[in-house]
Order: sequence, then C-alpha cells, then structure tokens
Amino acid sequence: MSIFVDESTRVVVQGLTGSQGRFHGLRNRAYGTKVVAGVTPGKGGSDVEGIPVYDSVQEAAAKEGAEASFVAVPPKAAPDAILQAAEAGIRLIVCITEHIPAKDEAYLSARLSRDFARTRLIGPNCPGIISPGKCNIGITSGDIALAGGPVGIVSRSGTLTYQALHELSQQGIGQTTCVGIGGDPVPGTTFLDVLQAFEADPETRAVMMIGEIGGDAEERAAEFIASSMTKPVVAYIAGVTAPEGRKMGHAGAIVSGSKGTARGKTEALTRAGAVVAVNPTEAGEKMVEIVRSLS
Amino acid sequence: MDLFEYQGKQYFARFAIPISKGEVADTVEEAVAAAERVGYPVVVKAQVLVGGRGKAGGVKLASNPEETAEHAGNILGLDIKGHITRRLWIEHATDIAREYYASFTLDRAAKMHLSMVSARGGIDIEQVADEEPEAIARTHLNPLDGLGIEQARDIVARANLDEQAREQAAELLVNLYRCYVEGDADLVEINPLVLTTDGRVHALDAKVTLDDDAAFRHPEWAEFSNTSDVDERERLAKDKGLQYIGLDGTVGIIANGAGLAMSTLDVVNQVGGAAANFLDIGGGANADLMASALEVINTDRNVRSILVNIFGGIVRCDEVARGIVTALGRVELASPIVLRLDGTNAAEGRRIIEELGSDQIIGEPTMLGAARRAVEIAARGGQA
Repeated sequence: MSIFVDESTRVVVQGLTGSQGRFHGLRNRAYGTKVVAGVTPGKGGSDVEGIPVYDSVQEAAAKEGAEASFVAVPPKAAPDAILQAAEAGIRLIVCITEHIPAKDEAYLSARLSRDFARTRLIGPNCPGIISPGKCNIGITSGDIALAGGPVGIVSRSGTLTYQALHELSQQGIGQTTCVGIGGDPVPGTTFLDVLQAFEADPETRAVMMIGEIGGDAEERAAEFIASSMTKPVVAYIAGVTAPEGRKMGHAGAIVSGSKGTARGKTEALTRAGAVVAVNPTEAGEKMVEIVRSLS
Repeated sequence: MDLFEYQGKQYFARFAIPISKGEVADTVEEAVAAAERVGYPVVVKAQVLVGGRGKAGGVKLASNPEETAEHAGNILGLDIKGHITRRLWIEHATDIAREYYASFTLDRAAKMHLSMVSARGGIDIEQVADEEPEAIARTHLNPLDGLGIEQARDIVARANLDEQAREQAAELLVNLYRCYVEGDADLVEINPLVLTTDGRVHALDAKVTLDDDAAFRHPEWAEFSNTSDVDERERLAKDKGLQYIGLDGTVGIIANGAGLAMSTLDVVNQVGGAAANFLDIGGGANADLMASALEVINTDRNVRSILVNIFGGIVRCDEVARGIVTALGRVELASPIVLRLDGTNAAEGRRIIEELGSDQIIGEPTMLGAARRAVEIAARGGQA
C-alpha cells in the first residue's frame, strides 16, 4: 500500500499551461500518474497534449473526477489556488510553489483547518509525493525511486529527498511512498502526519526521516516516535555546522539561540529510539541493515 | 531582511508606534548637528545588525556637543562582533521608569502567531524564558481573528505591566500586531518597551525582520535595501540571485537546494574540512547561474578547493556542466573543482565535463567521496 495517493488517484494540475506546470504535469503523466485535467482561469476549453484545461477546479473535479491537485502557480496566486481547490472538495493538494509570504501561509493554514478539515495540503515549497510505480505528483524525478517497498520516506528538504531515494534505490531497497513536506515555516502536512500514516500502512515496514535545523517539528516527531511508533525509524538532520542566526535558504532553516539546532534534534530522536545517521549516505546504509534484518 | 534599529523605528512609526525623536548620522559632524536638532541629552547608538551593542561600547549618553563628538568618533568604525559600525542613530535620551518586552512572531508548531509580553524587559528574553518562564505572557493568535484592543488589554494585564502603562501598552500592542501582519515582518520585537518617568509608553529599541518573500507587495522596502551590513561576497551573490552565506573555511561549496547545501557543509566538516560558504543555486538553476556561483566563490581568497554537489531534479546536470564550461571561459578559477553530479541528465553532464578535458575538474561519483577529495585538495593548499 501507499499513503495519501495510489494508482487510481485522479489529478488536476493548477497552472498546467504555465512552464513549470506543463513540464512537471506531463512528466507526472508520463510516469503513469492519472493526470486528468488542468486548470488555468481564462484558458478553459483548450488542452495540453490531450489533457483538458478548465477555468476552475470545481469544473475539473465535476467533469473529470479529479480528487487531488498539483498546484504549480506563482507565489502571489498560490494561496487562492489552494483555497479554490479546497472549496471544490479536493482531498489532497500538493503545492510546489516557493516563496509564498509567511503571513499568507499562516492565514491559509488557519482557513484550511477551520473550513476544510478533510483537505490535506502537502507543501508549499515541497518536491511533492511519489508512490513508486503508482503515482507521482510534483517534481521528483521518477527514475530515482524504486517500487515495492518496504521503506516510507518523509523529508523537509527537496534535494535531500532525492538523495534519500537514490541512496535506497541504489541498494535495491524500494519505497512505499516518499513525501516531501517542504521547508517552509507553515507546512500543510507535518512529520507527525506522515509518520502516523506510515505507522498505519501495513506495507511500510520502516521509515526514513530527513529533517533539518530550525523549528521544532523534528522534536515533535520524536515524541510521536517514542510514544506510538512500532516501526524502525532512521533519521538524518541537515545543518549540524550551520551558523546561528542565518537562514540557510529555506525560510524554516534557521538556528536561533539554543533552539532548532541539529544537536537538539538528534538528541531528541535518539532518545525516542530512532537511529540517527550523520550524513545521507550513512542513513541509507543504516536503513539497508534494518531492512535486511526485517526479512 | 533584518532592519537596523533606526529603520525598524521608522517602520514602527508608519504604524503609529511611539518612538523617541532621533536622526541618522554617518560622520561626527552629522552626529553633532543631529544632536542639536534632537535636543540634549542624547544617546549615540551604533547601527549594526547584532545584539550586545551596549556592552561593546556602541551606545553612549552625551550631554553636550563635545561628548557627542567624542562618542561618535569612537563608535564610528567600531567593530562589534565582526560588524563594523558605519552609521549612528542620535536619539533624544529617555528618562526610564520601567522596562518591558513585547514581540510578535510565528509559532510554527502551533501554526499561529505568537505574542510575547513581559514586565521583565531590557535583558535577553531567552534568559527570562529560561529562568522565569511565568514572567512572559505568551498568547497564540489565530490569523483569522487577529488582535483586538480587548485581548491586548488582557495580555498586558497578564504580563503584569504597571497599571499606569497598561492602556497605552495595549494600544501599542494592537499597532505592533498590525506592523507585524500588514508590514509582513517575520519578527517585530521591542526590548525594551519603556514607561517613562512622565508616564509615556514607547519603543526604545526596534528589532524588525522583514519577510523577503513579501517584497512584491512592499515597494516602500526599496529604501531598506543596499544598506545592510552584509559582507562583500554576500552582496555580490545576492545581486546574482544566489543564496550565499560566507563562512571561514577553505572548501568552497556549491549545491542545489538548501537541504543538500547544508548537508554538504556537514559532510565536509565530518571528513575533517571546513566550508568557506553556504551557496544554494536553487531549484531552477541554469548554466548562467552556475557560472555566477563559481565567480562568487572565486572572489573568496580563503578558498583552496571548490566542491560542486548537484542532485538534478528540476536542475539538469547538463546545464550545470555547461555553466562550469562557461565559467572557465569567463574567469580563471583559483582553485580546482571537485564535481559530483547525480539525477536528471547526469550522464550527459559528465560527458560535457569529460570533453572539456580540464585537469582542474575532478569528477567523483558520490557525495561523501567528493567531500573527501575536496578536503584533501584544500589541505594541500589547492593542488589537484
């Protein structure tokens, strides 16, 4: 099994006629994802390589049965696009858009939790979600993932998500689902949400978690691992050598004072029973050991 | 973007938050003239983006032009934790009765805004948080509800502010919240927020961090740019659209994606080296950006080797390789490059580099191997 998506997930791409939306939407379709519609206001009635384009998500959902959305629109328009998808009853929204103002994200998050509690947002500023062999929504290159499980991956960073997939696939270890939750301050989906889903998914037998400095999402994940996780977790935290008070690219990646350090996160995860690796390669090696011991 | 104190205060003033009368000065003469207009006594304050100015001698009281000139002369050029003082803020001195603390920021775990108010201001708030957490009134604010005057009154009462300060502080808090939200700040902090001996509440300091992602709706922020005290390498990188942070090591780092870049720093450190910088060429990097990144690294005289660590996703490795070729055509690189390419179009990228046939570019298949090689080269002083 996979989490959040599977081979039957019908996807609408918001911004399909833009350069990003077109490139990745078509790439996702080529991977086998059921990309059933695109949305670009004012361009309804046209198509992108056979994918029908509608003026609204409402229409795309009604006519094509879209239940998941891939939001690939610029930061100014992304919050409204996400709300439009939620209003149309879309249950899963994946937003790759980078540089959405923090105030807009905070407002959006509050709106979703108050008015659309059943809608799950992944991102913004994330690589998306891939369940190898079944569904790929976002910008991850499908050829670095390997179908068949048994590992679930959850990551706050984009390229480190690819690195994690690569480390496992090269060793012949497949993945059930890989979720990039994104590095922004207010992610729609958190480590906690994904860990819960992996814990409940019978095919996922171990979890790799890629965190980074800043915030306390990893510490909260550690609490869940300690209290409720029966499956082994291998974790890696990027940013051990990051200087204090400087944003490392991601809005979320900043060490301020004693808070958000890689050391603090590593300690919390180790105490929780996770195996914490010092680099992505070691994380891959540790996972290989665990997976071999499972079978 | 972090604002200097004087910029933060000017930003506060837009939202009707009371501040002391003051003026900017870049020379001793300007300082003396500003002090005359502001009115004695004045405080001469170093404008640097770092805490602990007072202890470093960057904040001085002056009662007459001679003292102003003396302090301004001492403070201009003063090195405060690596930040050179180039500008002063000359402010009318305040008779302080009480010092409080007020701030707004985002609580990411709660996904809500967080107000912190305390009657224990004037010192490091983290210290207060550690020693006396109950002395800080922490209040989560739902972005859909905002902050009204009633709730603000409740907050300042819970924070135990003096009775006579409460109404003014509550009004200030409402305005500070507006500054935080409408002003698109990641952080607004007043420490100290003071009650004066004549019963007025106002901001004696200002710490404001603006959310760069919201710049598109704040044309007025243009006046704040080009004034921050970042180092030369960072300024150059920013002009070229690169995410760069200068560090002290000898291995120059270029990676795509913040996470991979941070991880590359860590791995270099683990194998016994030290990174000269953090540099993320971003998710949509092309050949030109890659060439610019190499040019920026090349200006750093401490660099002895350059580690380029790319995992292609949106970024295509062939584009990265073309960028390296372009850079070699534009500038003479002072250090060899260790190159690790994986992901989208990696094979094509490696072929382009091979055809170039340069002995200054060493390919390594793995991240760890590339880090080891780059550190070895740096240790040899840059001999490939």
